[in-house]
Amino acid sequence: MNPLDTVTGTLVAGLVLSVVLVYVARAIAGA
Amino acid sequence: MELALFDRWLHILAGVTWIGLLYYFNFVQAQAMGQAAADEGGPGPAAIGKYIAPRALLWFRWAAVVTWLTGAYYLEAVPQYSLSGAFMLGIGAANLQLTSIGLGAWLGTIMLFNVWVLIWPNQKKILGIVAANDEEKARAKRIAFLASRSNVMMSLPMLLLMQGSVHGLPMG
Repeated sequence: MNPLDTVTGTLVAGLVLSVVLVYVARAIAGA
Repeated sequence: MELALFDRWLHILAGVTWIGLLYYFNFVQAQAMGQAAADEGGPGPAAIGKYIAPRALLWFRWAAVVTWLTGAYYLEAVPQYSLSGAFMLGIGAANLQLTSIGLGAWLGTIMLFNVWVLIWPNQKKILGIVAANDEEKARAKRIAFLASRSNVMMSLPMLLLMQGSVHGLPMG
């Protein structure tokens, strides 16, 4: 099932992506 | 510099309009349309599709353009950022502010693409603004829906990274 089919799945996917991208930002910047 | 501060204000106003309507579509209208369609003997979803959705989509898609343009201008107008540096994600610059706003700018740009290339052309078919048969409408609904939901998903890190570039990121 696609998580984007439900609001909850969409928000959870957004939260996971947020955490991942914060770590990506820190890795790129070396911070 | 003074102009950049007004530009930033306009960027936030347009962004609130854009993302606010995105959340309206995903958290309110889509569910209401489904409920109205299933409500036998009720007024049905036609009025939403005829009177509300086109007006909401008008503000939605143009607010997206204004948000992107004012954001791009701001990146170039203030000394701590640059448009090219942001879109290069500040690689090699060892600047978390620049990398953070850059990732946010990429997400916002993908979201603008989704609005104009995937959501709006398909919404025109769904709402009958352009002709489409039932099969084309069903396909248009799925594409517009997934693009819209993708934008909701991306709006979470986009807002976190944009405000975080100035006010700090969590999980440090």
